[in-house]
Amino acid sequence: MKRTLSTGVAAVAVGALLAGCGGGGPSSGSGKVSDDKIVLGVLTDLSGIYADIAGPGSVEAVQMAVDDFKKKYGDKAVTENIEVIKADHQNKPEVANTQAREMYDRKRADALFDVPTSSAALAVATVAQQSKRLYFNTAAATTELAGKSCNPYTYEWAYDAYMLAQGTGAKVTEQGGKNWYMIYPDYAFGQDMQAKFTTAVQGAGGTVVAKDPTPFPSDNYSTFLLKAPGLKPKPDVLGALQAGGDLANVVKQYEQFKLKDKGIELAIGLLFDSDIKAVGADKLAGTMFTTAWYWNLDDDSRAWADRFKERTGQRPTFDHAADYSAATHYLEAVQKAGTDKAEDVSKKLDGMKFNDFFARNATLRAEDHRVVHDAYLVKVKDPAKATEDGDFTELVDTIPADEAFDKPSPDCRMN
Amino acid sequence: MTSFLQQTFNGLVSGGFYALLALGLAVIFGMLRVVNFAHGAVYMLGAFGAVVLADSAGLGFWWALLLVPLALAVAGTLLERLLIRRLAALDPLYNFLLTFGIALVCQDLLRMKYGSHSQPYEDAPFTGSVDLGLFDFPRYQVFVLAVSVAVCLAVWLVLTRTRVGTIVRAATERPELTRAFGIDTGRWVTPVFGFGVGLAALAGVLAAPMRAVNSSMGGDLIITVFAVVVIGGLGSVFGSVLAGFVIGMLQALGNLYVPVLSQTSVFLLMAVVLLIRPAGLFGKEEHA
Repeated sequence: MKRTLSTGVAAVAVGALLAGCGGGGPSSGSGKVSDDKIVLGVLTDLSGIYADIAGPGSVEAVQMAVDDFKKKYGDKAVTENIEVIKADHQNKPEVANTQAREMYDRKRADALFDVPTSSAALAVATVAQQSKRLYFNTAAATTELAGKSCNPYTYEWAYDAYMLAQGTGAKVTEQGGKNWYMIYPDYAFGQDMQAKFTTAVQGAGGTVVAKDPTPFPSDNYSTFLLKAPGLKPKPDVLGALQAGGDLANVVKQYEQFKLKDKGIELAIGLLFDSDIKAVGADKLAGTMFTTAWYWNLDDDSRAWADRFKERTGQRPTFDHAADYSAATHYLEAVQKAGTDKAEDVSKKLDGMKFNDFFARNATLRAEDHRVVHDAYLVKVKDPAKATEDGDFTELVDTIPADEAFDKPSPDCRMN
Repeated sequence: MTSFLQQTFNGLVSGGFYALLALGLAVIFGMLRVVNFAHGAVYMLGAFGAVVLADSAGLGFWWALLLVPLALAVAGTLLERLLIRRLAALDPLYNFLLTFGIALVCQDLLRMKYGSHSQPYEDAPFTGSVDLGLFDFPRYQVFVLAVSVAVCLAVWLVLTRTRVGTIVRAATERPELTRAFGIDTGRWVTPVFGFGVGLAALAGVLAAPMRAVNSSMGGDLIITVFAVVVIGGLGSVFGSVLAGFVIGMLQALGNLYVPVLSQTSVFLLMAVVLLIRPAGLFGKEEHA
């Protein structure tokens, strides 16, 4: 304990020193690419619990965007010298902070991508602002990135807790799941999700009977599952806001405690294909959740997903698709600006309206750097209806861009 | 009241996992003076063993319950013979680092092969719940509690009622004196290590139907189990088992009444116990 603490203190001290020495970063002449090179840094979880959702797949997606960009522009590209670098932040904010500084300052990254784990993503947003370099978050769900912690250098590309809550929380309540019992992991992601889900459920005329923070990570949710049927009034819905392995634990134990037979349905905050595989599509069949994108959405999505699978051997998550989308638009903006200077690139991005295989009816809002786009209420497919291995998702409803995301937060002040 | 009893029972179920794991750690530490950091990895391998048996050979839960602990116990004895024994004469730190390294290697190999997401396991042997009078409880979890209590009792009987048990206990508590009586304690080291490893594997197989099976499941759990062993008293078999069940209950009730404290409660209890009894509840202070 003491050891971690002192390491943390040391990291903060080193960070402070670097910030002091770094000054404003290198100043590049206008109309030129700094060091004659564009460096895209993927800061992600390369080996931990989010390595399959983001991880090596995110690095590959950004590399794919670079390859496609080079192919498209050939020698007309602003520079042919485009590099993708990666680093592992282990889902820890202090490691993310150090790695982001390392990537911006020493490895000369012009933009960072990905960054799962909300607390780590917030740390990187701070570093981006101090270093005056761009950061495209695709993997973390916290609404703070485009809210209280928004800044001119940080973009929110894929999804957030509000979007998940507006989809699942509101729709499940409208369909009759009025009384909710919520369990959420006790860290930035879970707390934010809980707040947004509570608002969405109440907004749709439902009631949150009780909400409990659960230890993170944890392998035993029995206490909460036992408690659920005894609550007054009895909940219709168990809102499980856990992710990854924790979520698999919740679902397995939800099954054993037979809560469905006791009239308590399961609603899940954030669900990935790997989670569905882990607990079995048959057990989850019919469970609704909200997603920013899925690979089998339509022809465009499938075409890109096929190319991704050729390179990696697996189907992409929405985070991988968002990384490709963000990296592509970043490179296009550099091309248009003729420079990788963050402020000039930003001018090309802000306010942009676009459509790509990932983001439909998308607008990049200049006031908070949130990309709003269509989101999807989906349910887990009956395994009998799956057309191939990994085909888990079925569309229920498209949530239009202006409903899927919150209005710009009054807490966001860009400066 | 019902919910209190229900949660106490629930705590005993997760306590059963702690007890099985702590029991293995305690006998290994007692006999070999090795703090086996690979114990969590063995628990994880046990759960993966069940998954692999089902996927590749179509062998269900009962086969896994029998074969996986045996296979890992054998692997454990080999490990003891080939590596741990060679470092036994050196500073205990060497074996600590060795087992820690083994745990990391196991975890990373599994992650390379299976990724970090959880693995599906469909072979739960019991479904439905059983009526326990005041409340009902999932049949499988009642089974898990029964197995862990039965195994702990059996080990306790062997240790207290048989000649082998007497030797192991003597060697655990007073190694020099036992040797002075002409008893070859070295013979027992390898089987005891294998047995401890087998117990952790058993816990892993039991976990597969009710917990997420992934490469980090052992690493997350082992820290709590070490706290359990320290609270019970390092090397005290009885203390470890008792502390395992107590911590299980404490966490379950903590989750219910003071959720924020549920994870730290173990370490708070550990701090309090160590302040009052530096060798743990049932540990004996060792004088060099």
